Amino acid sequence: MTLALFYLFAAILVLAALRVVTARNPVHAALSLVLCFFTAAMLWMLIKAEFLAISLVLIYVGAVMVLFLFVVMMLDINFESLRKGFWRFFPVAGTVAAIMLGEMLLVLTSRYANLSAARLPEPAAGFNSAKALGKLLYTEYFLPFQLAAVLLLVGMIAAIALTHRQRKNTKFQDPADQVAVKAADRVVVLKMEAEKPAHAETDTTHTGEKA
Amino acid sequence: MMELQQLLQLPLQLMTQYLGTDLAFVGWSLLKIVCVIGPLMGGVAYLTLAERKIIGMMQIRIGPNRVGPFGLLQPVVDGVKLVLKEIITPSAANTGLFYLGPAMVMIPAMAAWAVVPFYPGFVVADINVGLLYIMAITSMGIYGVIISGWASNSKYAFLGAMRAAAQVISYELAMGFALIGVMMVSGSLNLTEIVEQQGRGIAGGSILSWNLIPLAPLFVVYFVSGLAETNRCPFDVVEGESEIVAGHMIEYSGMTFAQFFLAEYANMILISAMASVLFLGGWLSPFPASIPVLGAPCFLWWVAKVAFLLFCFLWFRATFPRYRYDQLMRLGWKVFIPVTLVWIVLIGAWMQTPFSIWK
Repeated sequence: MTLALFYLFAAILVLAALRVVTARNPVHAALSLVLCFFTAAMLWMLIKAEFLAISLVLIYVGAVMVLFLFVVMMLDINFESLRKGFWRFFPVAGTVAAIMLGEMLLVLTSRYANLSAARLPEPAAGFNSAKALGKLLYTEYFLPFQLAAVLLLVGMIAAIALTHRQRKNTKFQDPADQVAVKAADRVVVLKMEAEKPAHAETDTTHTGEKA
Repeated sequence: MMELQQLLQLPLQLMTQYLGTDLAFVGWSLLKIVCVIGPLMGGVAYLTLAERKIIGMMQIRIGPNRVGPFGLLQPVVDGVKLVLKEIITPSAANTGLFYLGPAMVMIPAMAAWAVVPFYPGFVVADINVGLLYIMAITSMGIYGVIISGWASNSKYAFLGAMRAAAQVISYELAMGFALIGVMMVSGSLNLTEIVEQQGRGIAGGSILSWNLIPLAPLFVVYFVSGLAETNRCPFDVVEGESEIVAGHMIEYSGMTFAQFFLAEYANMILISAMASVLFLGGWLSPFPASIPVLGAPCFLWWVAKVAFLLFCFLWFRATFPRYRYDQLMRLGWKVFIPVTLVWIVLIGAWMQTPFSIWK
């Protein structure tokens, strides 16, 4: 059953990956990439790496690709013009792909890779891969893990610092000021008589008539 | 309780005898899924009625009262109406994705229920990484909204989808941080273990030993982020019927619209169920175990907690005005995330002291 599922997921993965590069519509391509990530997660699930599989879905499918899709939908890409150079660049791209394929074949068929004898150890019943991974990360690989975290943090701050520009002519609200405002700052209640004295009124009309 | 769990395994054993291991597992899982999804759909149907009734009462109206006694058949009639309605496809819509959108909203809303425990042993899949699974699956619901907003080929729908994407991604962070606090004190990602951990501790399994009190700020952040994730009032700018006339749902009719509707209510129940499991001790009783009947853990406690949280959803809708979009973003990024970060550090320090209550 696992083997059948493996071939099913592998077939979906390959087809979706092909759709990523062949789809005419960029949104379709991005959605195919989502399917790729999801099927890859299912493949990891089959080898009982449930923590990695769910992390892949959570991070790549749930967050990264949503933002990606967000951007792709907002952009108005003319894909026909992008495709124009396809056959011109094909020889270069083909050479690069062929070299990569050759290298991978050399590595994988080498007798040191020993692919035919490679077997995943069957985890014991009750084995918790999340717990095992956490223990390794926070003991044996603590320093590399923290360094990676710092690197990501620096990258994040740098991205914000590079793109953050305050335009001078925009108006924006400061919620702290809004909350701190008192009624007296906004409305001034003036004391005045409800009516003007009646005799003054008659006086003016009188003089008016006279003139 | 042991006898009950053995009784629960009986159908599986019978099926294994007659069908073999693989087929029996599939059959048994399907049976469990039906047992969860069936009542869930019923709950969704009657939640819509409860919403109209409760908000009606809060606004001194009667609410639906014509179909059946006290309007109890209203959800059935609504369902029939939605099934019979014609489904209209906009002429320039991307047809395939247009129909995929609502389904993509619906699928995660159902799939997330696979790991929600109702009682020890009563769960479709009791997996080690249940909490992460919930986060991963619910984060996929946003694709349905984005796809349907884009495929409708309508400006309003597209604006709604953009708002939804930004809002859900922002609040997912706060929600994730709130869950980290729960993971820290539980030492597990398994939802059944998280509930059982809340039954131990100084107060011996009463309300005092739940995560609610030590993690109170995280509970508030989780529940309010849940409101924002499900696009409920006061965070329903995604629909914003006064500005963008129902956002991503604008071009949908009949069953395609009903799918959005069902998913929204199923997600509401899911958020309430998760809040009840993570912070309110799930099926544990709020009374100490020394009290004979009231102190015993029971499925009805789970139901009562979920029902109360669902009532809060409706209550908030009737009470609060809608957030403006920039205020909503400010709340998520500048209030909730700092609050959760501070509380996580505080809990972490607390756990290292001799005063830790989670030993």
